[in-house]
Amino acid sequence: MAATKNHDYHILPPDIWPLAGSISALTFTSGMVLFMHELPFGKYVLLLGVLGLALTFFSWFSKIVSEAQAGDHTPVVQLHLRYGMILFIASEVMFFVGWFWAWFDFALFPSQLTDVIGGQFPPKAIEAVMDPFDLPLINTLILLCSGTTVTWAHHALIHGDRNGLKKGLWATILLGLLFSSIQAYEYAHAPFPFGQNTYGSAFYMATGFHGFHVIVGTIFLAVCLRRAYLGHFTPRQHFGFEAAAWYWHFVDVVWLFLFVVVYVWGGWGAPIH
Amino acid sequence: MATTAETFQGHAESHDHAHDHDHKPGFFARWFMSTNHKDIGTLYLIFAIFAGVVGGAISGIMRAELAAPGIQYLQWWTSFLGGNGADFNESLHLWNVLITAHGLIMVFFLVMPAVIGGFGNWFVPIMIGAPDMAFPRMNNISFWLTVAGFCSLMMSAFVPGGTGNGAGIGWTAYAPLSTYGSQGPAVDFAIFSLHLAGAASIMGAINFITTIFNMRAPGMTLHKMPLFVWSVLVTAFLLLLSLPVLAAAITMLITDRNFGTTFFDPAGGGDPVLYQHLFWFFGHPEVYIMILPGFGIISQIVATFSKKPVFGYLGMAYAMVAIGVVGFIVWAHHMYTTGLDVNTKMYFTAATMVIAVPTGVKIFSWIATMWGGSLEFKSPMVWALGFIFLFTVGGVTGVVLANGGVDDNLHDTYYVVAHFHYVLSLGAVTALFAGFYYWFPKMSGRMYSEVLSHIHFWVFFVGVNLIFFPMHFLGLQGMPRRYPDYAAAFTQWNEVATFGYKIMAVSVLLFFVNVIYAFVAGKKAEGNYWGEGATTLEWTLSSPPPFHQFETLPVIEDAPAH
Repeated sequence: MAATKNHDYHILPPDIWPLAGSISALTFTSGMVLFMHELPFGKYVLLLGVLGLALTFFSWFSKIVSEAQAGDHTPVVQLHLRYGMILFIASEVMFFVGWFWAWFDFALFPSQLTDVIGGQFPPKAIEAVMDPFDLPLINTLILLCSGTTVTWAHHALIHGDRNGLKKGLWATILLGLLFSSIQAYEYAHAPFPFGQNTYGSAFYMATGFHGFHVIVGTIFLAVCLRRAYLGHFTPRQHFGFEAAAWYWHFVDVVWLFLFVVVYVWGGWGAPIH
Repeated sequence: MATTAETFQGHAESHDHAHDHDHKPGFFARWFMSTNHKDIGTLYLIFAIFAGVVGGAISGIMRAELAAPGIQYLQWWTSFLGGNGADFNESLHLWNVLITAHGLIMVFFLVMPAVIGGFGNWFVPIMIGAPDMAFPRMNNISFWLTVAGFCSLMMSAFVPGGTGNGAGIGWTAYAPLSTYGSQGPAVDFAIFSLHLAGAASIMGAINFITTIFNMRAPGMTLHKMPLFVWSVLVTAFLLLLSLPVLAAAITMLITDRNFGTTFFDPAGGGDPVLYQHLFWFFGHPEVYIMILPGFGIISQIVATFSKKPVFGYLGMAYAMVAIGVVGFIVWAHHMYTTGLDVNTKMYFTAATMVIAVPTGVKIFSWIATMWGGSLEFKSPMVWALGFIFLFTVGGVTGVVLANGGVDDNLHDTYYVVAHFHYVLSLGAVTALFAGFYYWFPKMSGRMYSEVLSHIHFWVFFVGVNLIFFPMHFLGLQGMPRRYPDYAAAFTQWNEVATFGYKIMAVSVLLFFVNVIYAFVAGKKAEGNYWGEGATTLEWTLSSPPPFHQFETLPVIEDAPAH
């Protein structure tokens, strides 16, 4: 890099992780293909890809954290990160639009062509659905509650209350884990299987991708908790935390739509298990 | 545009020169670990040219096959690629593989990497007076994930995909052909190739939007930005909002194929037309993703060689915004024959025709820019004029096809093939060549042969028109697309098209000769080799620009409006 830089932008040195991450991603997708077709070495290639991706994420974000600690994140670079996170969440919203689109298509125009569906939704083949006002409602309350605890942590951080920051984050992470556990319990005891018809397909894929995002968000918050213990974040500068909180709220809002559209409206009129 | 070299302030240029030749990383670090927008742009361009040669060679195989009725070479090619040429069905499957690969390569690995990754990376930061992109590391993974996607697509060619090797599902990957219609891992490799390239493009889009919103030099307001930057901004939003929907759709393909879901399988109540909705919700913005940066390039070139600012700058910028917005609500005009009800078809017909309005604003503003200008017919300008003509032809046939009733007859005929090749092959690719001749000396520091680039243009122009213009006639006569064989009545125009391909291939050779000439014997390029017409910030820098430009940010003064 040239020695004299008269601006606040972040000019980075060369880095191997973009290439390593891409090779890992290709290994992962190729491993998926081998695995799905039960070809030799499928599991191992897949595992290698997952490990490579995990290593890439870990190293990449470690670098971002150490650059933040080194003071490379000037106000304008922080603004970059804000833009980046908002745009990333916007793209995630559009990803869920795809799954909701499928759900609405199946629910509003149930197929008349096959007895599996019988022109009704939930389809005839679905003997019972989950009671939305049982565990799903509890899960809704858990996620809403976690939205308040993450805000508690945020306010504590802004007011220099490190202890409150840690407590708020612990509470949020535990609520996130509780949500995922209840989801896992529900999947295990669901009255209808994965796939086989439109309901079993769209229900599990939409809620499953949401569940995956909850796990990612929980990891994101756990990283923030670890950083809180390491003394990172100041009342003025803590975008890593804010990004995790934004992501968590996004996951929360997706769940509210899932609860209303998939659990309550989507199962309306069907026998409850 | 108000941004002129004269209003460029500061000491950046002289300052940068002092560091021109130092501190470049070593070979491996520079090209495999790059965090430099210009180097990544160069990588994108090299990759796009390589992919374009592969995709173009595939179309050569197809044109050779279509030169006469009957099957001529497919069985030979099937054996050559390691299949069983004696099995006729396997040869026909190869045809599907070829059309799939041609479409996917040209869309995802030629046009998008070249216009957005290549020229966008190179010139968006420079044109807004920024030292680099907002996220230089993410910029690099965008490139390498695109390469990974290409590798995945290449791997698919050598594993079973149904009747033979390779994915024969069309670039649209319609279900059920792409689900239970094509067993075997090839299709999964092809689908994952789209996942990888899509992830790359989404990250690229985030990078461009952040860069453009947040890294403009002092005084570079949105309404002073060069139109190429506007075009990339709109394109990036289209990518950001449409690609995730494709990701969801092709993930449904993967789970339908491998995990027993029935999104698109009628036996489980699924809906194959749902796939088409999801695909085209992405696919229609995608065609604007391919052409909008071309619009931006043409605006820069026409203004430069007319030696006056582009006519109706704000109208030009917001026409692109309008095309982008309306582009999201016209998708079902690709699906007129799927049994949409008549009211839906009426809506999509009307909405589609609305797009002709902002597109007309662009065409007429380019012409108005030239009106009364001091025109100079240097090779980029000749290519730009070619673009305006060819794109207009494609646009006009687009208005024809927008009519749901007309499309009932023309759907899946060669008329459609002619239409989208006029806007893409002759539109986007012509814009690519225009941009290449406009900026190549800036990027490489070497001038190419002006004469050869003119010859390249005319040979290319004649060649591509001979390929694609007869396809209008073939389509109107009812020749269906995506078949390796046809009725004898279609022979003559197909012969013409294949002859046109040979001419076009010669023009591509001329292009490579010209590039080699530039590197071997080309004159050194000055900073602003186009003279007074070239007013954007890249012309204030040396050719090639320093490794890190604008280490002191330029200041854009308030100039009298336009």
